[in-house]
Amino acid sequence: MREIYLRTKDLSVGYHGRPLIRDIRLELGRGEILTLIGPNGAGKSTILKSIIRQLELIGGVVCLDGRDMARLSERDVSRRMSVLMTGHIHPELMTCEDVAATGRYPYTGRLGILTKEDRRIVTQCLELVHAGDLADRDFSRISDGQRQRVLLARALCQEPEVLVLDEPTSFLDIRHKLELLAILKDMVRRKRLAVVMSLHELDLAQKISDYVVCVRGDAIARQGPPEEIFTEDYMMELYGAARGSYNALFGSLELEGIRGKPEIFVIGGGGAGIPVYRRLQRQGTPFATGVLQENDLDFPVARALGAEVIGEKPFQPVGEAAFHAAAEAMGRCRRVLCPLAEFGPMNEKNRLLRRMAEQDGKLEQISEISD
Amino acid sequence: MKRVWVRYCACFALLAALLAVLLVWNVCAGSVDFTWVEIASALFRPAGEGIIWGIRLPRVLAAAILGGALAVSGFLLQTFFANPIAGPFVLGISSGAKLTVALLMIFLLSRGTAAGSMTLIAGAFVGSMLSMGFILLLSRRTKQMSMLVICGVMIGYICSAVTDFAVTFADDSNIINLHNWSLGSFSGTSWDNVRIMSWVVFVSLGLTFLLSKPIGAYQMGEVYAQNMGVNIRRFRIELILLSSILSACVTAFAGPISFVGIAAPHLMKGLFRTAKPIVMIPACFLGGAAFCLFCDLIARTAFAPTDMSISSVTAVFGAPIVICLMVSRKGGRMKEEL
Repeated sequence: MREIYLRTKDLSVGYHGRPLIRDIRLELGRGEILTLIGPNGAGKSTILKSIIRQLELIGGVVCLDGRDMARLSERDVSRRMSVLMTGHIHPELMTCEDVAATGRYPYTGRLGILTKEDRRIVTQCLELVHAGDLADRDFSRISDGQRQRVLLARALCQEPEVLVLDEPTSFLDIRHKLELLAILKDMVRRKRLAVVMSLHELDLAQKISDYVVCVRGDAIARQGPPEEIFTEDYMMELYGAARGSYNALFGSLELEGIRGKPEIFVIGGGGAGIPVYRRLQRQGTPFATGVLQENDLDFPVARALGAEVIGEKPFQPVGEAAFHAAAEAMGRCRRVLCPLAEFGPMNEKNRLLRRMAEQDGKLEQISEISD
Repeated sequence: MKRVWVRYCACFALLAALLAVLLVWNVCAGSVDFTWVEIASALFRPAGEGIIWGIRLPRVLAAAILGGALAVSGFLLQTFFANPIAGPFVLGISSGAKLTVALLMIFLLSRGTAAGSMTLIAGAFVGSMLSMGFILLLSRRTKQMSMLVICGVMIGYICSAVTDFAVTFADDSNIINLHNWSLGSFSGTSWDNVRIMSWVVFVSLGLTFLLSKPIGAYQMGEVYAQNMGVNIRRFRIELILLSSILSACVTAFAGPISFVGIAAPHLMKGLFRTAKPIVMIPACFLGGAAFCLFCDLIARTAFAPTDMSISSVTAVFGAPIVICLMVSRKGGRMKEEL
């Protein structure tokens, strides 16, 4: 059975006694990752700051392991929950080991002197985040990615059961984003941590989270497992995005397509069309494309970017109706591109389209479309 | 780890030696020069009179103790505001204390009584807290360190202007003393003063040292400190009270002394290559003491027999350090943006 470690009941959060978001009900078990997503300024950080007691709760309670956090002492909380915040910190003259060692605070004595055991844990935590070689380096002279890893080690030194992270991947490049989240996922599995975090990157949130909470303005708009949240329509609605589109399967974003009368017809399929679609989108040229089975790799991108897409049912060979529609659309275009190189029983008709374009003298080489 | 502790020990030994040399030198040098033998004999035969026992020794001890107090107070303020150029003088806290002490002295003199040490400290503490309260209000509105410092300097000017007014219009022969004091000077310190300032300073220092663990956590920023289990509200109050008591004590006895609160912690951080409070608190005390002894030596001997105000000397050595800090900090910021 899933044991709930962190729970909020009817939580209201906000600033200066004025509630910003009401009725927050979160449940998180150990070994799970809960991610807050939502537009900028929606209140993700406000919720996190309230959970870590940096902001006073406007109403409701946060329970840790079944106990009301407001009744726990500072030390009790600090031994159960640690944080990694988004802002830069500028500690003076501290090595990475010093920074990580501050996480031992709840365990050291009156003067904060580290024991051998403390040092062993610090070294171990630095190694867990692959920062063992950074121990003696000056914290202010390492890269952002390294800094986040050292701060994660600091959080782990606190030997928490819950880890709260506020946009841990901001400022990081793609490699460091993946690295940090991979380490995090590993920690969650190995140490059975419960993680609450906010993320900007929808694609990463979709892949790493066990549970997703959408924060929007004054309320929790929706919450559930990622499969329920990351649908195309809902993502566009949550972010109030009118331009572009979101691909739920790949978790990727597409820019707004170019509408208008197609000038170019692209014979695509099997992923060959995607680079051409993107290039035409960049150039601002409206295009038509076909014939694509609806389960073709090209299909979602074609639908997002193309002015006209001629499709066929999944797993069906291109039929007469689709072929005629494509031939007609091609006839209306001045130029035709065919990035498709392989033809088989399923897209035999596309070979025919290509031959027709060749006969009309419309077929051009891909390299001829200038960027 | 061991290497670091060897370094700390070596630095402390160096500081202690420096302090000892400066102490002896300060006692020897002056308008009347003494030899070692004369000093030794004077020390073993503590008579109430005599230049060494009656005048020089209390002054030298006062310079050391108060200098150390200023440096520690500066270190606390720098931690509190996360700003390397915060200090009791720059933030106008010393000037606030100066104003209340001057008013208190004039009021008591007009009544025909002289103020006792504890009364002066209490007066200075009230002034410090007033300035501090003002700065705290401002710091909620602006996070920019330069704005904070400019406001502090302005508060300092306003307080000094009011003090000058009061001193000019007060009519008493003791006003000469008051004037000297308002510029900052260790002269005329008595053994009684030394006894009281030792109590106040060393007790505050002990309490500060006990706070070194949360101070270290606070250096990581408020959010992390709180998450580590520091009771932020209580800690902030403790820090403000301690730094105000320390700087108030200095102002009550020696008037406002500039830049020691910034220069000494900065030099110590450079020497020890750490900002860990457990090391920095004793280091700042020793460093501030040595710095003040050195400056007082110059103040007394450069144009002997005329005493210069101690602030003029500390400013000569301290102000360039502040400028360096501002410039290098700015440079660091810009690099980050690139």
